[in-house]
Amino acid sequence: MEERRINVLVNGEPKSVDVEPRLLLAHFLREVLGLTGTHIGCDTTNCGACTVLLDGLPVKSCTMFAVMVDGHEVMTVEGLGMPSELHPIQEGFREEHGLQCGFCTPGMMLAAKALLDENPNPTEEDVRWGLSGNLCRCTGYQNIVKAVLWAAEKLQSEAGAISR
Amino acid sequence: MYPSRFHYEAPRSLAEAFSVLQAYGDEAKVLAGGQSLIPLIKLRFSAPAVIVDINNIPGLDYHEEDSDGSLNIGALCRHRTLERSPLLRSRYPTMAACAPLISDPMVRTRGTLVGSLCHADPQGDWASVMLALGGDIIAQSAKGERAIPASQFVVGPFQNALEPNEIAVRARVPASKGTRSGTYLKLERRVGDFATVGVAVALEASGSTINRAGIALTGVGPSNIQCTEAEQALAGKTLNASTVEQAARLAAQAAQPKTDVRGSAEYKRHIVHTFVMRALSNQQQARAA
Amino acid sequence: MAQALDEVKIGGLGASRKRVEDDRFVVGKGNYTDDFKLPGMLHMEILRSPLAHARIKSIDTSKAWQMPGVHMVLTGDMAAQHNLAWMPTLSYDTQAVLATDKVRFQGQEIACVVADDPYIAKDGCEAIQVEYEPLPVIVNPYQAVAEGAPVIRDDKEGQTDNICYRWDVGDREGTERAFAQADVVSKIELHYPRSHPSPIECCGSIADYNAATTKLTVYMTTQAPHIIRAAVAIVAELPEHMIRIVSPDIGGGFGNKVPVYPGYVCSILCSILLARPIKWIEDKTGNLISTGYARDMYYKGELALRKDGKILAVRFHADTDNGAFFSDAQPTKFKIGLLHSAFACYDIPYAYMTAQGAYTNKAPGGVAYRCSFRVTEAMFFQERAIQTAANDLGMDQAEFRRINLVKDDQFPFRTPYGFLLDSGQYEKCLDVALNAIGYHDFLREKEEARKQGRRLGIGLSTMTEPLGAGNSREYDILGIKMFDCAELRVHPSGKAILKIGSKTQGQGHETTFAQIVSHELGIPAADILVQHGDTDNTPFGMGTYASRSTPTAGAATAMVSRKIRAKARKLAAHLLEVSEEDVEWELGRFYVRSAPNNGVTIQECAMAAYGNMPDGLEPGLENNAYYDPPNMTWPFAAYIVTVEVDPETGVWDVLRMVAVDDCGVRINPMIVEGQIMGGMTEAYAMSNMQFITFDAEGNCVGSNYMDYLLPTAWETPGFELHEVVTPSPHHPIGAKGIGECACVGGPAAFVNAVHDALDDTGVRNIDMPLLPHRVWEALTYKRDVSGAPPLKTDAD
Repeated sequence: MEERRINVLVNGEPKSVDVEPRLLLAHFLREVLGLTGTHIGCDTTNCGACTVLLDGLPVKSCTMFAVMVDGHEVMTVEGLGMPSELHPIQEGFREEHGLQCGFCTPGMMLAAKALLDENPNPTEEDVRWGLSGNLCRCTGYQNIVKAVLWAAEKLQSEAGAISR
Repeated sequence: MYPSRFHYEAPRSLAEAFSVLQAYGDEAKVLAGGQSLIPLIKLRFSAPAVIVDINNIPGLDYHEEDSDGSLNIGALCRHRTLERSPLLRSRYPTMAACAPLISDPMVRTRGTLVGSLCHADPQGDWASVMLALGGDIIAQSAKGERAIPASQFVVGPFQNALEPNEIAVRARVPASKGTRSGTYLKLERRVGDFATVGVAVALEASGSTINRAGIALTGVGPSNIQCTEAEQALAGKTLNASTVEQAARLAAQAAQPKTDVRGSAEYKRHIVHTFVMRALSNQQQARAA
Repeated sequence: MAQALDEVKIGGLGASRKRVEDDRFVVGKGNYTDDFKLPGMLHMEILRSPLAHARIKSIDTSKAWQMPGVHMVLTGDMAAQHNLAWMPTLSYDTQAVLATDKVRFQGQEIACVVADDPYIAKDGCEAIQVEYEPLPVIVNPYQAVAEGAPVIRDDKEGQTDNICYRWDVGDREGTERAFAQADVVSKIELHYPRSHPSPIECCGSIADYNAATTKLTVYMTTQAPHIIRAAVAIVAELPEHMIRIVSPDIGGGFGNKVPVYPGYVCSILCSILLARPIKWIEDKTGNLISTGYARDMYYKGELALRKDGKILAVRFHADTDNGAFFSDAQPTKFKIGLLHSAFACYDIPYAYMTAQGAYTNKAPGGVAYRCSFRVTEAMFFQERAIQTAANDLGMDQAEFRRINLVKDDQFPFRTPYGFLLDSGQYEKCLDVALNAIGYHDFLREKEEARKQGRRLGIGLSTMTEPLGAGNSREYDILGIKMFDCAELRVHPSGKAILKIGSKTQGQGHETTFAQIVSHELGIPAADILVQHGDTDNTPFGMGTYASRSTPTAGAATAMVSRKIRAKARKLAAHLLEVSEEDVEWELGRFYVRSAPNNGVTIQECAMAAYGNMPDGLEPGLENNAYYDPPNMTWPFAAYIVTVEVDPETGVWDVLRMVAVDDCGVRINPMIVEGQIMGGMTEAYAMSNMQFITFDAEGNCVGSNYMDYLLPTAWETPGFELHEVVTPSPHHPIGAKGIGECACVGGPAAFVNAVHDALDDTGVRNIDMPLLPHRVWEALTYKRDVSGAPPLKTDAD
């Protein structure tokens, strides 16, 4: 069986692993690294539950082979924040009831992070557009949008506090 | 969904890629963004024996104008880049309108314009834009380059004109014959959906006279359709109620829609007419203003 | 005097308490079925039929057996040796686990492969060769009953046609008499398309049979673990106490995760045969083409009307497409669920209803997709018929509803189909909604816009629905009556564990059920851990669906808390050295009536239960309670939607959406609103894009998320929510079900709005979803548009 060594920085930690070329990035994260916060929803690149950040940009980890991230950096929900120190996006989802079953949430939050990294002060429409590749079946999105706007405000005020 | 086994090659240069392709012939499949190919492999609709991942080849992620005024889009230029491109926004309105309508934000991070053209999905949006702009695709092999006009690049549903030893290294939009205007209108059942109907309109004009008109359709035929007669009806003319209506009628006639879950053939033809009318009327109004 | 507790601050009733579930979900530490990894675990994949109806001539598994890494290839013939080729459904039918004789729908399970990893298992499936002899295909109930139709269920002794049930209810003669006296008879025919609940997480299981202890543990995506345990005991003929079902975090259910699926059974059988843990995780296509679909109902009905707007009677017939196996999960007595709850909120003297189910070559199901047993189908038909009747009378649709709604002083109100409505303020809800949307202003705006060629529309939907099955007199599944249990243990320090038989799939039970205890005992919600989902460690419950958790398990939680309080009162009297009669209760504290400063907290009582109990009192502070509801709960909703239709394309946009819900007392308003918005999004989805259809060959169109469209944040409209509160008279805290109201009542509001925008065209009905091409066709040709399968294609 063909295997290939990949070196990848996952949530800031260097990983060096031999993988079969056909192994999907989502399965690499979940099964090989045990990072089960990345969920697999559909199989056809539609639901966004498996969204992670690749070099800071949102990608669907079910639509990449693990071998393709050799030499790159991946962030999963486990790298976003810790229980003791939540990222403002995680706090926002909790504060605004932006999740119910929680299955789409990791992907949704990482798509939100990419959005806020690029556009720290988005409108409601910006948020809805930025999350248009992530499906949620529970919430109806309204609270997800609120959660992201909550996080934007918090991040802005934190940035303001630092710059002052 | 779990892909079949394949052999993986990740060349670091075009030269290396060509020798890999030479070795494996038509068993090999080139992987760029992978946003169409990987789902097909996962569904096991496609099971290439060899994957040649070109993402590690430097110098293919660009879009820039040449000294002759033509626009070149490299094989690794992502939809995301095009969506955010100030160059497209200021000088290539049809492309700028199309880029955000490709699938969804994550797919746009990875997917590429050139890859989309190579995939030759009849519902692909970029192929219509390239037809409307009169673009071509530059295929390169160990032996050199050749330019394949967009109108000859797609030879059937999911089939392109590349030889097994060639890689589509860039797409090219020729220099404009005047000021560009145009748009891409897409009827989709939901954001990110494939087009029920897509209409690309690209005009190049001097004052109110149209020097060149490009009109092409998505989703209404076995591949994207260039509306040659509609284009000719506008060339050398100005936009007015009668030329707009004539172009819309000819475009609707050029469509070859099929009745399916997205709607009846009649409906799709009607949408082509409506969208060509809207696209041209908007240009007409913009010009008047 | 001690400061009285602030109930909202301690997270009691009415507190929009943040969810405790979120602590793990937002950091990616949820535990969904696919997240578990057991030592020695193998992986199973299922081979499915590409054809909708075909005789199986042969299955050759030899190549798959030879693949390195493959441990087992299970076929129907092998399963039959263990008496498991077929299994009973929750509706007293049978369903093939693995096909032996023929395949009856596209996607039916034929074989499964167990391997070291799922990639290899999939390779194994691909290596299996099946030879088929195609048979004629049936894709709707009319084809099913046509002369010469092939009998799909030739496996069933005595089955000579494709009818799977017939049912009727109501007063046929009385209804006929009323129709004879009608001024106007308003008729409507429509199809509620097949849909799929489609949670983002698909189904899956990990079966772990321990050959040494003979204990079977199954981790699985089920909304009803206790019922599943009973079903597994019956199907696999295993002793029930040696089966443990663990339903961990579930990535959405919506009714899809109630039935027993072949994949679960196969993983269990393979685990028993191989004595290894077997994981099966379904892919999205498998989920969409084989598991519990919903709806797929054809209606013909009519209302008998008096000129002044009074409805005299209603009668209708429903044909249901039940797919290849009758596998609805619904109470035994009601073959078509609670479809006869239609028109419950209107004061209609006479009603009669008939229904007939047909087998077709489509996936089995008929599950209650975010509804209480076909109530969604009932209310959609009701509200489409009501709008059509208002139009036929030339009456304002709001006024027509007002005339016919049951009035506040009519409760308790017996509906002609036999339900007992116990409470509500229907007219008030309607008024709140009409005011919120600015009804009369909008009608003027619509008229003005029409003059400029723009088409605006407004749609109403008002409905009450029966939520929270049972009572046990009428409701059972597989003979097990429908009630629920809660068990509460208060520990010495006053912290508590509540165990319930229901199972959250996102509804937030771990948060809200603690709030009920907090309300009853004054223990801060943060001090109460809620456990559920593990049959070895929780009391019996019928599961979470049909909006039944708060009405049943929630009520049981309040009742067990009251039992605890009663015992704590004895402990308090002992501690305060007074008689029990002299002890008063306020939230969290007992005190001496004559000396209010002299009191003990519930926590002090708890400590006394373990360290200082009076002579003769049993130690400890724990108990359980079963709640067998005397009636359903009857929430009411008034929904209004405004839209604009683009006449050139048929595309329509939602302008505003107002929802007024009366679900009685709200335990956690934040969560209630979340439920309403979620349900309303599904309503919008079904009206606009979400459906599954089939072509003439029985190919499923909608077998993945490219074709089965679910709305994103981009097109989902914003929702404006309002509330009216009429407590349930029987529920101990006055709460009513809410999880499904918006999904049940919402679709008609959207659909009525689009029809209203076409109100000058004579179009009576466009079937859901109101796809742009259907709306355009209706508008252009001024004709009704049917959406029933088979799908029209150029191949026809």
